[in-house]
Amino acid sequence: MKVIIIDDEPLARSIVKEYLQKHPELELVQECNDGLEGLKAIQQQQPDLIFLDIQMPKINGFEMLELLDHPPAVIFTTAFDEYAIKAFDTHAIDYLLKPFSQERFDKAVEKLLVQKNIPAEKSTQELLETASHSPAQSQRIVVKNGSKIKIIPVQEIFYLEAADDYVKIHTKEGYFLKNKTMNHFEQILDMQHFVRSHRSYMINIQQVTRIDPYEKDNHIAILRSGAKVPVSRNGYIRLRQVLGL
Amino acid sequence: MSRSPLSVSRFRTIFFGFWLSVIIDGVFVLHWYEPGWDLSVAVIDSIISCVVLFIFCLPLMTTLRYYTPKQKNYVNVFIWCVFIIAAWLITIRWLLQLVLGNNEGYPEFLHRSLVVRASIGFFLTGCIALAFMIWYNWEEQRENETRKQDAEKFAKEAELFKLRQQMQPHFLFNSLNSINALIGSRPEEARKMVQQLSDFLRGTIKKEETQWVSLKEELQYLQLYLDIERVRFGNRLSTLIESEITTDQMKLPALLLQPLVENAIKFGLYDTTGEIQIRVKASAEGNTLALKVENPFDPETSSSNQGTGFGLKSVQRRLYLLFGRNDLLATEAKENIFTTVVKIPQSVVQKQ
Repeated sequence: MKVIIIDDEPLARSIVKEYLQKHPELELVQECNDGLEGLKAIQQQQPDLIFLDIQMPKINGFEMLELLDHPPAVIFTTAFDEYAIKAFDTHAIDYLLKPFSQERFDKAVEKLLVQKNIPAEKSTQELLETASHSPAQSQRIVVKNGSKIKIIPVQEIFYLEAADDYVKIHTKEGYFLKNKTMNHFEQILDMQHFVRSHRSYMINIQQVTRIDPYEKDNHIAILRSGAKVPVSRNGYIRLRQVLGL
Repeated sequence: MSRSPLSVSRFRTIFFGFWLSVIIDGVFVLHWYEPGWDLSVAVIDSIISCVVLFIFCLPLMTTLRYYTPKQKNYVNVFIWCVFIIAAWLITIRWLLQLVLGNNEGYPEFLHRSLVVRASIGFFLTGCIALAFMIWYNWEEQRENETRKQDAEKFAKEAELFKLRQQMQPHFLFNSLNSINALIGSRPEEARKMVQQLSDFLRGTIKKEETQWVSLKEELQYLQLYLDIERVRFGNRLSTLIESEITTDQMKLPALLLQPLVENAIKFGLYDTTGEIQIRVKASAEGNTLALKVENPFDPETSSSNQGTGFGLKSVQRRLYLLFGRNDLLATEAKENIFTTVVKIPQSVVQKQ
């Protein structure tokens, strides 16, 4: 099995490397300093297992996994992190709390080998869904734009638009696609700042300059950028609530 | 329970002076009214009247101490006064008749003067009741105020203690993890890091008890912290500390600088991928100590308020609690450098 270690602290990587020596069936193919490097390495090497730190430069462990189409099996290595631990408990994926012992490390590896027949991809996706609800995750959104990674702070979002299996995230630099549902965003974004104005639209209320009537029973919100976003009857009620009208 | 106003010497003097002047005034009025009598008649009459009134007022004064009437209960005080005056009139009429009744024309005079005596007595009792009520109200208010101040002070102390104490568990666990890694490969360095970490933790515990430290001390402590961080992050992290000699003995709140630098390191390290340099500069601006912490960041990917993480919020809160000001911490993002400046006014420090 091919293994990659992704951690920004050199000594944290070296301890995993040391513990790995007891497991000849696991072959360390690469070590990475941060999430972006990790992303590249995973795409090139197609590892079966990664040891992943959560707090890392640029993009964190969760964000990195989100960007992978087919995430490998993951064992998280992290210092104390309450929200993250909660997310792990319900999933097949294991986590190692730093500092961890060789015994604990061996157990995590064993657990993984036993569960090898459970598709890693599925459990990782489930984990991400849980982890993304934690408040620390909703400050920004990471998207892939071709081969480039784009980090969008949530306050820079103009509005979101549903588009088939994707959501279009409209910003001043145009729109980015994210492979998620509107309901997902409704859950992770702060409802004081974002309002689902329509089944297929969600507006950043900081961007709203005007709300005009539009046809019967409907309204339209005009944003600072000049964009016009449909507002349904229920959406109008929600908007008024949040704006305190 | 409130203090009795009679326990305050200034009030006591005024109170007894008041009664004395009432007695003397009584003598003058009586003597002027009926100059034919001997002066002793006026003196005895006045003394008896006033002393009896004073005795009857005593229960009123004591009661007001335990029961300070609120607005709608003022009528109770009025009824009290009426009863006191009635009892007083009956008593002095009997007493004065007994003592002075053999003077010619006195019994008739006594009878005629009862209405005037009643109104004067009522006026005096009213004044006393009013003075005592004002006193006790004021006392109560003062006590509430003190209690509130005490509660606030206590809450403030507790909060300051908590803010000083908030060491990031991340730091501790990651450091232990680094030590764990070093034990296998480089035991000598592991031993050194255990030492550094212990010194750092000891400093944290010790400093939780003290409020103010000199910059020199705080910089030594910061150095310990940076040594540990450099082991953790290896070549990625470099630091530059500059301080003017004049700032050495300037004071700052204990454990204030380290969270600032910790924030800068986190922000710098997690926002960029290359090597980073954290710069700390201390300078004296008149009677103010200015601390400047700089870290690189990537303006493209970080939002403008990202630098104001927990570390800065807690520093801001501490500064507010200590100095009552919100303008002592400022941040600035310019090109790819994020700067945090904290100012410590030395005049306030010296007072505390």
